Amino acid sequence: MTQTTNQSRFQEAVESIKKGGQQKYHDKSAEQGKMFARTRIERLTDEGSFKEDALFANYLAGDLPADGVITGTALVQGRPVCIMANDSTIKAGSWGARTVEKIIRIQETAEKLRVPMLYLVDSAGARITDQLDMFPNRRGAGRIFHNQVRLSGFIPQVCLLFGPSAAGGAYIPAFCDIVIMVDGNASMYLGSPRMAEKVIGEKVTLEEMGGARMHCSVSGCGDLLAANEEEAIDKAIDYLSYFPSNFTEAVPVKEAVEAVSGNAMSELIPANQNAPFNMYDAIDTLIDKGSFFEIKKLFAPELITGLARLNGKPVGIIANQPKVKGGVLFVDSADKGAKFIQLCDAFGIPLLFLADVPGFMIGTKVERAGIIRHGAKLISAMSSATVPKISVIVRKAYGAGLYAMAGPAFEPDCCIALPSAQIAVMGPEAAVNAVYSNKIQAIEDPKEKIAFVQQKHKEYQEEIDLYRLASELIIDDIVDPDDLRSTLIQRFDYYSTKHIPLPPKKHSVYPV
Amino acid sequence: MKNIQSTMAGTVLQVLVKAGDQVEAGQAVMMLESMKMEIPVEAETSGTVNVIKVNAGDFVNEGDDLLTLE
Repeated sequence: MTQTTNQSRFQEAVESIKKGGQQKYHDKSAEQGKMFARTRIERLTDEGSFKEDALFANYLAGDLPADGVITGTALVQGRPVCIMANDSTIKAGSWGARTVEKIIRIQETAEKLRVPMLYLVDSAGARITDQLDMFPNRRGAGRIFHNQVRLSGFIPQVCLLFGPSAAGGAYIPAFCDIVIMVDGNASMYLGSPRMAEKVIGEKVTLEEMGGARMHCSVSGCGDLLAANEEEAIDKAIDYLSYFPSNFTEAVPVKEAVEAVSGNAMSELIPANQNAPFNMYDAIDTLIDKGSFFEIKKLFAPELITGLARLNGKPVGIIANQPKVKGGVLFVDSADKGAKFIQLCDAFGIPLLFLADVPGFMIGTKVERAGIIRHGAKLISAMSSATVPKISVIVRKAYGAGLYAMAGPAFEPDCCIALPSAQIAVMGPEAAVNAVYSNKIQAIEDPKEKIAFVQQKHKEYQEEIDLYRLASELIIDDIVDPDDLRSTLIQRFDYYSTKHIPLPPKKHSVYPV
Repeated sequence: MKNIQSTMAGTVLQVLVKAGDQVEAGQAVMMLESMKMEIPVEAETSGTVNVIKVNAGDFVNEGDDLLTLE
């Protein structure tokens, strides 16, 4: 009798907790195209693999099932991960004392187990009524971010943003390796539009100020814009397939796939150095078909960054896109490249640089924005990366552009030039103008002037001739574009045992 | 009405459309020259060219209006 009562009390409790918040909030979520937090976890994880912690958190409060956050361990494609998921049907997913403690504990579990930590965020922020119990203390919300920083580079940390992440909560995505945002629903902001109007007098919509599309294309706080929640979850699963469970493990290798057939690399590159072409087509000729996982596609598109597989093995690609802004490096592209290189280097993913870059942008606008400081970030990240690095000079590599794209001085394991490559401080037109400007001006006869310029162009071209650079051991190899894929596969295989001991020091001073 | 703006500082090399032309999303409407590179400026949406605000040879800064689409 007592046994039966105990059993039914337990079952009722579990059932009621697992229902989450009131039905009206579930209905509202569904209207917005949102899944229930538990459904998201089901879709993300292998069937029946989720083991939940602290289901009964704040049970005695009565109206705060699991205290608004679901935490636990599960399998994603057979590999263990730790998960936290806000339940927005309970007080808009806001954080109380036990919410915060649960998040901190699952982070600690992820650290001990050395497995990826996934944050499924959909939360209005702190419960102001509970602030003394969850905001300023040692194990308050600040500890979540402290743990994130501590775990950064140790295990992969992924954020799936399904709804708001407001105020302090906006730092969860900020400290993750990657932020996947659902278009139309996800948002990040420190102060809501209502607060902005009250405090600074600005009238603005949430979508304009902190929407998913804005963050994925303008601020760079988002990495991937998903059309809906299903796509966001599928992308997270796909992303993890390129990463080891922690930095000590080897990257996961998949079955090798041929590159797309069709365009040959040699046919893609225009002879005219100044004419644009589409670098995506070039990437397709090199990587396993269908393996490209692009990061920050909509942000600073003049630099392409993405994960791919070469003969089944993960590689991180950093490529200039001559089709956008001439492939010139800007403030945002430098930032984008720096973060991506750090991500790959942290988890042992080799780096492939595809250079076709006229240099860093010049002019008042970018100087005032600190292009030198931002460029230094990119060069610093690239320079300190110790994973295998191959630099391919596809076409031009001028000025500090050569440096940013892992030029010879930065110890790439190999600097390969295609026959179309041109390496110089600057392009021929600019160089001749810079050196002979006064002389050119002084020549009065127009015919003589043209002849002089042409002669100097010719001399300059000879000076920077690719075979001269190869003869001087500046580049390590010249490769037929159509053999580039096989060359890269072989070379990355040889470089896989690379080990560079670093000088003993705490860390470099990062030029932010 | 939609403004198409310069993506970077540079000089207008060529205006590829004229007022009244129908353009498709992704179509190059202007060619800029910057950093010794040809920079195509593409229409983000389709529409009819309304006013062209620059001429070949003009210097434009990032964010300057180049033409309007209707």
